[in-house]
Amino acid sequence: MSHALQDQRPARAPKSAAPAGLTRGGLPRWAPAGIAALSIVLGCGIGVLADLHSKIQWGLIGAILFLVITYTASAVIENRRQAKDRIATSIVWVSFVLAVIPLLSLIWTTVSRGIKALDGDFLSHSMNGVTSFEQGGGVYHALLGTIEQVALATAIAAPIGLLTAVYLVEYGRGSLARAVTFFVDVMTGIPSIVAGLFILTTWNLALGFGPSGFAGSMALSILMMPVVVRSTEEMLKLVPNELREAALALGVPKWRMILKVVLPTAIGGIATGVMLAVARIAGETAPIMLLVFGTQLINGNPFEGAQSSLPLYIWEQYKVGSDASYDRAWAAALVLIAFVMILNLVARGIARWKAPKTGR
Amino acid sequence: MASTTPTQIDQAPPVSKSARSTGRAGDKIFAGLSKGSGILLLVIMASIAIFLTYRASIALSKNEGNFLTTFDWNASANPPVFGIAVLLFGTIVSSIIAMAIAVPIAVGIALFISHYAPRKLAAPLAYVVDLLAAVPSIIYGIWGALFLVPQLAGLNLWLDEYLGWTYVFDKTQVGVARSLFTVGILLAIMILPIVTSVSREVFLQVPRMNEEAALALGATRWEVIRMSVLPFGRSGVISASMLGLGRALGETMAVATVLSPSFLINGHILDPGGGTFAQNIAAKFDEANEFGRDALIASGLVLFLLTLLVNGAARLIIARRKDFSGANA
Amino acid sequence: MAKRIDVSGLSAFYGAHKAIDDISMTVEPRSVTAFIGPSGCGKSTFLRTLNRMHEVTPGGRVEGKVLLDDENLYGTGVDPVAVRRTVGMVFQRPNPFPTMSIFDNVAAGLRLNGSFKKSELTEIVERSLKGANLWNEVKDRLNKPGSGLSGGQQQRLCIARAIAVEPEVLLMDEPCSALDPISTLAIEDLIGELKERFTIVIVTHNMQQAARVSDRTAFFNLAAVGQPGKLVEIDDTDRIFSNPSVQATEDYISGRFG
Repeated sequence: MSHALQDQRPARAPKSAAPAGLTRGGLPRWAPAGIAALSIVLGCGIGVLADLHSKIQWGLIGAILFLVITYTASAVIENRRQAKDRIATSIVWVSFVLAVIPLLSLIWTTVSRGIKALDGDFLSHSMNGVTSFEQGGGVYHALLGTIEQVALATAIAAPIGLLTAVYLVEYGRGSLARAVTFFVDVMTGIPSIVAGLFILTTWNLALGFGPSGFAGSMALSILMMPVVVRSTEEMLKLVPNELREAALALGVPKWRMILKVVLPTAIGGIATGVMLAVARIAGETAPIMLLVFGTQLINGNPFEGAQSSLPLYIWEQYKVGSDASYDRAWAAALVLIAFVMILNLVARGIARWKAPKTGR
Repeated sequence: MASTTPTQIDQAPPVSKSARSTGRAGDKIFAGLSKGSGILLLVIMASIAIFLTYRASIALSKNEGNFLTTFDWNASANPPVFGIAVLLFGTIVSSIIAMAIAVPIAVGIALFISHYAPRKLAAPLAYVVDLLAAVPSIIYGIWGALFLVPQLAGLNLWLDEYLGWTYVFDKTQVGVARSLFTVGILLAIMILPIVTSVSREVFLQVPRMNEEAALALGATRWEVIRMSVLPFGRSGVISASMLGLGRALGETMAVATVLSPSFLINGHILDPGGGTFAQNIAAKFDEANEFGRDALIASGLVLFLLTLLVNGAARLIIARRKDFSGANA
Repeated sequence: MAKRIDVSGLSAFYGAHKAIDDISMTVEPRSVTAFIGPSGCGKSTFLRTLNRMHEVTPGGRVEGKVLLDDENLYGTGVDPVAVRRTVGMVFQRPNPFPTMSIFDNVAAGLRLNGSFKKSELTEIVERSLKGANLWNEVKDRLNKPGSGLSGGQQQRLCIARAIAVEPEVLLMDEPCSALDPISTLAIEDLIGELKERFTIVIVTHNMQQAARVSDRTAFFNLAAVGQPGKLVEIDDTDRIFSNPSVQATEDYISGRFG
């Protein structure tokens, strides 16, 4: 060991020096899985013995046991650093499991309870003449309402959102663009019930219109616009500048360049963004409750009179509180989830299908 | 076009004059349209504030109670008496509970997906989390009311038994768990996917060389995360949490289905009762007369300002973070 | 302090792709060994197998043996964390922890390995910064962020951070490629001093640099793009640059390819 550089250096106690070797007594590789299994068994065992009703308690006992056993075993057999690393890994796994269980339970409950009342009749009939405590009835009027309201909202929000995004990416400079960007972000956070109250004050109270599907659509479009702007903006920014310059260099006016070059290049991503926004608003209840009012009958005209919608239908059936209405609520929830998930999957499908063209 | 000489490139194409002028006019119309849409968005935001304030002022001018401190909501009575104290308390308490549960777990899941999960598992997991963010809140609501509430009874007993001395977890009333605490748990489950997916994005952006610096010093995986990943991701996690908070504050249906409302401020969060802004609007709207609606609108305005504040703060944090990452590059 | 490295039959993979094939060599303690070769020949990959950093890359996998004195880094029960603690590394681009002060950057590795008294820590940080020829430039601003330093200073800070934990071996992956000539010179001088205490392995694209700083030089090459990289020869630096035994080495050094 040469000390040519620092001869004055005292020979240091090997406090930080490497441990005697590179190997280190460790827990076997199957240890985490083994401890997890043991904890689950113990958690369930204690749960049964102590006669705890709620599975949540079983799970929490298991989780705590898992963390404690892991830490102790590692601290005894390995060392404190290793134990800390293990406990961090365990906490991450436990938090993942803790979160996945309720989310899976949500899906499972909806599917298993919803499937009971869901059949062809349910999808093709309204609640006309069905009292809330008897079986039967259907969701047709609500499904129709949801589709019409969402379509109208999309017809309003998509063009405005698209054009705003074009403005921000292609034209926007200076303080106006900055203000729009900021308020689009803020608008993303508007609670849906506030959007509903806004349409209520203007359309219904100030202008004197009654409840209608269209009023609901306007509130939904307020919720949808910022989402469309954000996603479209991201997509337009991905269009390479070379493409724009190439088009402009050919003497194409800017608006045609945008319409013929920029938008077609980004269309897959834009469509995905719009679909995701549609999926998002299709499940909104609060503004519909304030503005569309709800009905048991089929009303195909969104501009005149009360309509229903899937989320509102679920809420109404839930409030009735009979077994039959709970069944209907779950079945409608299943229809709504299926509707939203199909929109999501289609959107992601479009994104994947179009991705190679827009990417890079 | 192919024959265009270089000198002509930056000029209009050699086509007829009329075509060129439609190009100009088209440009103007299109630019105007897109700028108009941007302005329309600002107008909508402004009118939300203006109209809500206008209706709220009508309600407030006739309110016989104190809008901020009255523990009551009799807006349709004569004279009307209503105040937001209970709603503000309930909204904030349920959101705090939701954040306290959701943020640590969301950071855990985000780390799981970005740094712990086997690679084959990570991508589908991220996908599932994104899908779950799209589940409508009314479905969380009925699941919460019909499934979660009975399941939580046992947990509530525990908390009461072992943590009852803290006052907060002291359960003084018997009855099902339709309490602010349950609402907080349900809101936590609801905002989990969104907080997770934003945090995950930030964790994935941590420069590889920062992590390798820690690894090469002989850091364990947890130490790498503590030294490199968390410091880099801190502001991202904060802004993700703010987005989640914004959702929790304004959530209507999940609260309306689960909570059994009352106009009392009760520090024992396991007791049923309390209320939130959005839940109160949903619950009182049907039976309210026109003046009652104005009163509800007034409470909606407060909620609007609250979420505006939270979202604005989140955006500022994100904007600041951009400067930071630029300096570190 | 310094240890000998003995590599035998080492191959490294990225998923199914073999990046380097069957490499064997010996690196003497308290010497500087330079790895040279064209881009993509696997010299950086090989370097990263010497402290088990290669397996951090997704799909990274290693076959073969690396003996540090007599202990196989890839033996069963060997803890990669302990390996990296023993074999320090300096990267191509300076990578101080952006949120830490200069002091905390140097102390980072020490704090991982146990608790130190404040006075002890101060002493080691000062010694390491002096060892990295950085002390005089930063002694007045130890609490400022490390990212505020110039590129060359940042790189020396990273070297100080690496030597603070007293490793046996110091690996350097093109440590000067992101630096200006003056900073490069400072690092090269530093390498000359550090080899008194450590076994140093340096990857470089700059042949003059290899000639200036190293005692031994290893030349890597690959048969074609997509083929794994191989060790062509390793010899005393003087010999490699004056009279190499393989024609490809001479072609590369005289600038005929690569």
